[in-house]
Amino acid sequence: MSVAVRTLFFAIYRDRLGVSELLIDLPSGSTVADLVNELRGRGAPFDMLPEKPAVAINQTYSFLDEPLKAGDEVAFIPPVAGG
Amino acid sequence: MIFAEVSSDPIDTAALLANIGSDEDGAALLFIGVVRDHAEGRKVTGMRYDVYAEMATEVLREIALEASIPLGTDRIAVAHRFGELKIGEISVGIAVSSPHRAEAYEASRFVIEEIKKRLPVWKKEHYVDGVSEWVEGTIPPGAGLEGSTHVVPLTDEGLA
Repeated sequence: MSVAVRTLFFAIYRDRLGVSELLIDLPSGSTVADLVNELRGRGAPFDMLPEKPAVAINQTYSFLDEPLKAGDEVAFIPPVAGG
Repeated sequence: MIFAEVSSDPIDTAALLANIGSDEDGAALLFIGVVRDHAEGRKVTGMRYDVYAEMATEVLREIALEASIPLGTDRIAVAHRFGELKIGEISVGIAVSSPHRAEAYEASRFVIEEIKKRLPVWKKEHYVDGVSEWVEGTIPPGAGLEGSTHVVPLTDEGLA
């Protein structure tokens, strides 16, 4: 069993990774931290992502030990600079 | 009524002000954030704002809701723009009204400071030499933590 999550990258992450969106399959029971490890484990350029990034699941800031469900939208949020 | 919007359209300050105000209000404030022509000694020619639109609209609404509690009214209208902006264009507009001025100033200040802390928006400055760079941002509060293991440290005040 696996869960497919939609992963979004913005601003500097999108520029450096060269991608704004990826569909990623993870073993069921995976957390946000597992997703981060899976991505960083791909090596360059994905290892530019912080080990403990800010993330939002379905548009809400989330903890790294939050479990993921199929269809979740997980956004990697670079340090923000609004205003 | 709280109004919160993220859009690529120019910010209409008259429309923001039209969302606030009441016969019981003696104070109405409009704050605008404007793209300026310099940053840390470098000449800036423009700015690109990126946004996570679906989330930013919700976060903007949450910030306005939080601000409305000490304000004592729900008369807050806030808009943030994204896309390419020129020098002098408005990137953010905040309108608030309340019976007295102190609460209005406080709420307006709260909204802009919280936007800077946690609104999922990013900006890339374009410099006069043709180079563009992402502006160094702020890590949103609580980011990168594990909820079940996170302990809020007690301050001295907290122990008193």
